[in-house]
Amino acid sequence: MSFGRMHRKEDARFIRGRGTYVDDVKLPGMLHGAILRSPYAHARIVSIDTSAAEAHPKVKAVVTGATLAGLNLAWMPTLSNDVQAVLATDKVRFQGQEVAFVVAEDRYAARDALELIEVEYEPLDAVIDARTALDAGAPVIRDDLEGKADNHIFDWQAGDRARTDELFERAEVTVAQDMLYPRVHPAPLETCGALADFDKVTGKLTVWCPTQAPHAHRTLYAMVAGLPEHKIRVISPDIGGGFGNKVGIYPGYVCAIVGSIVTGRPVKWMEDRSENLMSTSFARDYHMHGEIAADRDGRIKAIRVKVLADHGAFNGTAQPTKFPAGFFHVFTGSYDLEAAHCEVTGVYTNKAPGGVAYACSFRITEAVYLVERLMDVLAAELGVDPAELRMRNLLKPDQFPYTSPTGWEYDSGDYPKTLRLALDMAGYDELRAEQAAKRARGELMGIGISFFTEAVGAGPRKHMDILGLGMADGAELRVHPTGKAVLRVSCQSQGQGHETTFAQIVGNELGIPADDVEVVHGDTDQTPFGLGTYGSRSTPVSGAATAVVARKVRDRAKLVAAAMLEASPDDLEWQDGKWSVVGDPSTAKSLAEIALAAHSNLELPEGVEGHLDAVTVYNPPNLTYPFGAYICVVDVDPGTGQVKVRRFVAVDDCGVRINPMIVEGQVHGGLADGVGMALMQVMAFDEDGNHLGASFMDYLLPTSMECPSWELGETVSPSPFHPIGAKGVGESATVGSPAAVVNAVVDALAPYGIRHADMPLTPANVWRTIDGRPFRTDLAIS
Amino acid sequence: MQVPATFAYERAGSVPHALELLDRYGPDARVVAGGHSLIPMMKLRLAQPEALIDINGLSELAQLSVEDGELVIGSMVRHAELLAGAVATGPYPIFEDAERVIADPIVRNRGTVGGSLCQGDPSEDLAAVFAALRATAVIQGPAGVRKVPVREFHEGPYETAVGDGELLLALRVPILDGAGSAYEKVERRVGDWPVAAAGAVLQLDGGVIARAGIGLTAVGAEHFCAPEAEAHLIGKPPGAEVFAEAGRIAAEHCEPHSDQRGPADYKRHLAAELTRRALARAVERI
Repeated sequence: MSFGRMHRKEDARFIRGRGTYVDDVKLPGMLHGAILRSPYAHARIVSIDTSAAEAHPKVKAVVTGATLAGLNLAWMPTLSNDVQAVLATDKVRFQGQEVAFVVAEDRYAARDALELIEVEYEPLDAVIDARTALDAGAPVIRDDLEGKADNHIFDWQAGDRARTDELFERAEVTVAQDMLYPRVHPAPLETCGALADFDKVTGKLTVWCPTQAPHAHRTLYAMVAGLPEHKIRVISPDIGGGFGNKVGIYPGYVCAIVGSIVTGRPVKWMEDRSENLMSTSFARDYHMHGEIAADRDGRIKAIRVKVLADHGAFNGTAQPTKFPAGFFHVFTGSYDLEAAHCEVTGVYTNKAPGGVAYACSFRITEAVYLVERLMDVLAAELGVDPAELRMRNLLKPDQFPYTSPTGWEYDSGDYPKTLRLALDMAGYDELRAEQAAKRARGELMGIGISFFTEAVGAGPRKHMDILGLGMADGAELRVHPTGKAVLRVSCQSQGQGHETTFAQIVGNELGIPADDVEVVHGDTDQTPFGLGTYGSRSTPVSGAATAVVARKVRDRAKLVAAAMLEASPDDLEWQDGKWSVVGDPSTAKSLAEIALAAHSNLELPEGVEGHLDAVTVYNPPNLTYPFGAYICVVDVDPGTGQVKVRRFVAVDDCGVRINPMIVEGQVHGGLADGVGMALMQVMAFDEDGNHLGASFMDYLLPTSMECPSWELGETVSPSPFHPIGAKGVGESATVGSPAAVVNAVVDALAPYGIRHADMPLTPANVWRTIDGRPFRTDLAIS
Repeated sequence: MQVPATFAYERAGSVPHALELLDRYGPDARVVAGGHSLIPMMKLRLAQPEALIDINGLSELAQLSVEDGELVIGSMVRHAELLAGAVATGPYPIFEDAERVIADPIVRNRGTVGGSLCQGDPSEDLAAVFAALRATAVIQGPAGVRKVPVREFHEGPYETAVGDGELLLALRVPILDGAGSAYEKVERRVGDWPVAAAGAVLQLDGGVIARAGIGLTAVGAEHFCAPEAEAHLIGKPPGAEVFAEAGRIAAEHCEPHSDQRGPADYKRHLAAELTRRALARAVERI
């Protein structure tokens, strides 16, 4: 009936191979598109000759930047109020940038025709290392912007600089650490793509696209292309993973739409793996300098951070307008301290645009990594056990709701309890004893802790928006005469199991089985407006909307039940999923009985409408703050630098768990992500800007062989800001786990006096770190 | 979605038929076996052969047996078959060590021994294994069958002794009584190409090393072997110091290149370290 483990309703089609992804959709007369991309990271376009491609017998159209300029579509707005080239007109600014689009009768011909397009480039010096982007004389990437003479995007700060500096001056102990969170990629197994169908007769544009935010796409298409919004339908069918990669609008989507308008036929464009890795939204690329001030007892006083943020060639990060560095300023983490300050500088480089993407909760991944690494550096400096140092500084239960030094209002939690549970599950003291024995034999074993707090569920609309669209989400609930329900929500699952979880929420509120609730999502003609699924916001926002709309239905049902029972609504109570007269369970009316009556000829009191359907829009009063304690145990081979993750204990507190099985699945996936980022994933670039991670041979996804059998635990601190006390959890493990793995490896290397090493900790990187000669992981290895 | 350029496709019904097809289509034809290197290269359009000659139907090339004191591994033997049976892994556990870490089960189900060798990738695991074992390649062309020592098989990156119009039929490996063998590989992730790897085969006589084979891959070792290190071992009793010295010698003669798997100095270090470990494990198995 309600919360608890149940198999996912969507699994029946997925495990039979019966899902419907964009590339499964085939329309009569459909044509295929392919994109010609820049081989250079930075080059002026001298000329483009498409005549041979146009002469190909199967080619129907060739679109260039010049074609689009004629339609005023050569540039499009990014999600951060910058502009991005749809197809390059003046210059190419990263390797893999879109230059021309071919529409042909089949995929093979489209791809063949790309080779017939002749582009003459004049190569320019590229800016690859963000640390040199602001140097005097650095090549100016964005000379398309009026008066732009450098590669600076923004300076942003949060916190109290004066108070923080004062605490640092007075501090008994300070430590500092430079650290890089390298450029990584969400790499969903289904790449991006679009099928656009413009009907010239009706003027209706239908776009099938694996988007995490279908409504936002529709509105942006209307704003950018000037198409009337009621004539645009965005359908996001089953999605093979998103992780933030499928939030924004990519040039290929616009090209497919233009292709359909130009040819009058449906046009499908699906990118290949290399295109996905080279051109779509990356994540991280944060060069951070963190400092922590404490007293000798290990009480931390303040944290100070400077960040250089590499945003690529166009500032395309997806985040609320007020926060150009996302929610990075939650970097004070889970600790009680007096003041904090951060400065973030964003720069352009000759790399793909994007940022934020990859399960990071708007840059909280970077923030958690920073503070959890700093805590270990401080522990090493003080000679205090990292678990003990955290325990001394964690927020106490009676401090909630807690306002952080950078302005966040944490909702709920008992942090020490959660950390204690993780330490107990891991057998922490025994592990430390084992480590000591191994160290005496020259063996390298490491234990790493990460205690994270996230701020998810964006968000209160007065603070949070995407391009001016407030982050509130709608829900509609219809109850059919026989008591079966259809829920329509604005968010879109990429594998999170919304069809199950949200049905369980409705079932819990209305006393009906989750199987009696159909969840409709991903089709803008079928669902209410909302900003979609990312930043762990589905359950905090749409899940809350679902509970609220179900309660509206329940309230309507109460009036109908009162009419059925010829009682006053004031005399009814909701018991065991039914309305009954107070104290008389024999009068109980189930939702199915009430629904039938609501659609019947039952006479209803004046002012009471028939039917039970309801609509709502949910504007969250606050974010939700999931947290957790992670402990990783690794063994390191000093002769080869290989790291083996032996154990991983993860205790998550995401408030009330609607479907624990789905929560655990989300955690499993995120932990694997964390192992991937910590040990193997990076998109590095050589000095010419060549992408060195453009295939799955070079950009490594972790497999089960690199992952231990996860040991999960839970504590439950319901959020007072959510109608059912739930918090977002989709990104918790991705956010929290990299620091635990890195801390474990660095801990293993402590006998060498090592306090830090940048991700990814590949065998080569570990070996060089042991040897005292670490290399830059984001550049070509030489 | 990655799609290859246009190509002709022919399915060979026999070895003579395959040779005839190779002759007909000339040097722009490529033989396809498991296809796990060639097809991705074609999809990326790094390879654009005019024709593919499919030899998957040639069961005469799928032989895995012992003949006249030699292990015979047909070129169409799949990695998974080599791994599953005891024919090769029994006398030479080095096959099991190496095959377990070649790609993943899906690739091993289709990928072939011959395909791996003929691809000539400088990071190929089996190239090092066969070099350590001093195998012989059996090649057939229009002029008949010829045998090439595997240490002369690789002529450079992606270049082998198999000429235009020729087909690799089998690898023959002499079975040494009482030999021990092992393979050690460092990879960034399971299924990745090696950062570096080393294989070792040892046979003792009267307490001293009588025969030694060392194979190295991904470290720029000429012909995937380490003859100077092997020479150092002959006549000496096995032991940690002699193995460490052999590793040092092997590493000296490598020419690794830096790439995103690691810097050259690290790969050279691995050549020494993994050679040492492979030798130590090989001798334990005698």
